[in-house]
Amino acid sequence: MGVKHCTVPFAGTKEQHEKLLAVIAELKDQKGALMPIMQKAQEIYGYLPIEVQSIISNELNVPLEKIYGIATFYSQFALNPKGKYQISVCLGTACYVKGSGDILLKLKELLNISDGECTPDGKFSLDCCRCVGACGLAPVMMINGDVYGKITPDDVEEILAKYE
Amino acid sequence: MYRSHVLVCGGSGCTSAGAPKILEVLNKEIAKAGIKNEVSVVETGCHGLCDYGPIVVVYPGPTFYSKVRPEDIPEIVNEHLVNGQVVSRLVHNAEITDEGIKSINETDFYKKQYRIALRNCGIINPENIEEYIATGGYEALGRVLTQYTPEQVIQIIIDSGLRGRGGGGFPTGIKWKLARANDADQKYVCCNADEGDPGAFMDRSVLEGDPHVVLEAMTIAGYAIGASQGYIYIRAEYPLAIERLNKAIAQAREYGLLGKDIFGTGFNFDIELRLGAGAFVCGEETALMTSIEGNRGEPRPRPPFPAQKGLFQKPTLLNNVETYANIPQIILNGPEWFSSMGTEKSKGTKVFALGGKIRNTGLVEIPMGTTLREVVEDIGGGIPNNKKFKAAQTGGPSGGCIPASKYDIPIDYDNLVGIGSMMGSGGLIVMDEDNCMVDIAKFFLEFTVDESCGKCTPCRVGTKRLYEILDKITKGNGTMEDLDKLEELCVYIKENALCGLGQSAPNPVLSTLRYFRDEYIAHVKDKKCPAAVCKALLSYVIDPNACRGCTLCARSCPNNAISGKVKEAHVIDQDKCVKCGVCKEKCRFGAILIR
Repeated sequence: MGVKHCTVPFAGTKEQHEKLLAVIAELKDQKGALMPIMQKAQEIYGYLPIEVQSIISNELNVPLEKIYGIATFYSQFALNPKGKYQISVCLGTACYVKGSGDILLKLKELLNISDGECTPDGKFSLDCCRCVGACGLAPVMMINGDVYGKITPDDVEEILAKYE
Repeated sequence: MYRSHVLVCGGSGCTSAGAPKILEVLNKEIAKAGIKNEVSVVETGCHGLCDYGPIVVVYPGPTFYSKVRPEDIPEIVNEHLVNGQVVSRLVHNAEITDEGIKSINETDFYKKQYRIALRNCGIINPENIEEYIATGGYEALGRVLTQYTPEQVIQIIIDSGLRGRGGGGFPTGIKWKLARANDADQKYVCCNADEGDPGAFMDRSVLEGDPHVVLEAMTIAGYAIGASQGYIYIRAEYPLAIERLNKAIAQAREYGLLGKDIFGTGFNFDIELRLGAGAFVCGEETALMTSIEGNRGEPRPRPPFPAQKGLFQKPTLLNNVETYANIPQIILNGPEWFSSMGTEKSKGTKVFALGGKIRNTGLVEIPMGTTLREVVEDIGGGIPNNKKFKAAQTGGPSGGCIPASKYDIPIDYDNLVGIGSMMGSGGLIVMDEDNCMVDIAKFFLEFTVDESCGKCTPCRVGTKRLYEILDKITKGNGTMEDLDKLEELCVYIKENALCGLGQSAPNPVLSTLRYFRDEYIAHVKDKKCPAAVCKALLSYVIDPNACRGCTLCARSCPNNAISGKVKEAHVIDQDKCVKCGVCKEKCRFGAILIR
């Protein structure tokens, strides 16, 4: 799992900060609370930049490196902000044998980014995922929760155009 | 009382195919027809026939409508629900025969299935505890708490012959016995719902279609081993399953079926959810527990086993979703009933997620011992587009590819291991002649490299080296020594990796080397990919009989690799060709072939 550098400056608001503190206060006495807190923090900010990790570290009195270690271990945690439209290509086996690898290639080519990255205008981010459980529709890609199934590389451009 | 029930599949496959819209239009049309008080609309779990979604079933009957579109709904409402005439053009096609409309249970897809774990999926409303209770739900728990000692419960599970449905196939009853044997002030019951095997979605379907069965079974397990707290570790990628579990837990607490003094017997048990965050290794039992504790999900060495020191250092029992889904039925029907199904050492049924190059993609539950041929040809409807069966992959990244020569092998734990694969969680991906087996091995290794937690060297470094050698072969740079090196490295990783993920990671390579060695050799010696998948090994050639000499390809080629006279067959210079495929796109006569 490669860690990509974050080029977007952190722009957390006061409301977000207060929300996070409230979540921490609520959950911190639970056994194994760190992961649920990080998951909530990502819901609040949309991603987990080092600044947010530092807040959690200070509040819970847990070393920052432990939090960073967890944030980079699990693929759900994002250290970079996501695009306005989040594209996710299923690379589960059922989708792969039906050609989702070619869908991913086409997306990379059209958007000129790699998976795990976001276009410079912040519009599209591209990720791979492992099985969304819609194997009957393979190959599948999702954009912000909308599922597009049984697609070919030729369909991709048209689908993206819907989100211009 | 309603005179008719309309069931709309709310499983993930049908939801993705547009089931929410169907529900919306259906409710609107039923209101418009003025039959709202006569007809009940129910959103159910998965029916299994995902390739034909969205699915709508009308009772009494049942009439099974497939691939329903919103514009079909007015016809179903007015013709079927109001006038009582089945809309035959929408009835799932396999069931229309000369004698009329065949019951859905008589179709090839359902005929050979026997549903235990999936018995309620597609039948009940998963968000209503009373529907679960009406089908016998929580009866097993009641019987256990009032009539059996914990030892008797464990004996029933041992006698049933049930084995873990998550992968390895460890006898479930023995696991329970071991967890009971350790005394402690606190014990835990965990449920592994971190279904990370790409291409398997049976646990998701159980949780979405019948969440209470898991709660009931975990409570039974809690009583059996002496635990008062349960955790379900579920993938955050399954939002619908999480929502339904949360609702189910709240309802069970409200009905006194979870919490303090269950059934007035003084037994206390409660369940909490913990969300996974996308790490395949967390499906391994010790890694899962480390993750619930709030750490990087790295496995730890065994012993101590979870039954001795598991979650928070306390004795812990861990089973997966499908295993739990069998428990209440075993209690109610007895161990002899369960062990009468299956093969000598694998009892009961197994759910498989059929995917890949197969007609009826979806979920099927079959008695152990059914042959692969029956699953693929009869239930799955065979391979589409007149292609030939090449291999079936079971066990996900830990399993192997089963070739056509093993088509008639009865599926059970031991047979699959014997032929170099494994049961795994039950993904069954079918491949045809267009799939390259070296590429598939590389695909799985890419997955393992990505998901290796990094704790032990054989897995962290070894899988990376395997991947590099496979990559070299698919690019046409492999040597025959590389094949020996692959095998040697595979054996080394299997023997030395810390956890199940690492130990099984070489299986995709070993099984493809064993059954499809020819294909590896074609890549290495002839520099050819027989399935025409590996891009570096393809060559574009012009069929001289089809070429009209229009010169369009020659003019389009970015590297001037194509030459020929007007109205004469053209030729591609293989040394100059960069395999961009522009010529193939441009040619109007289909004269450009990939070899």
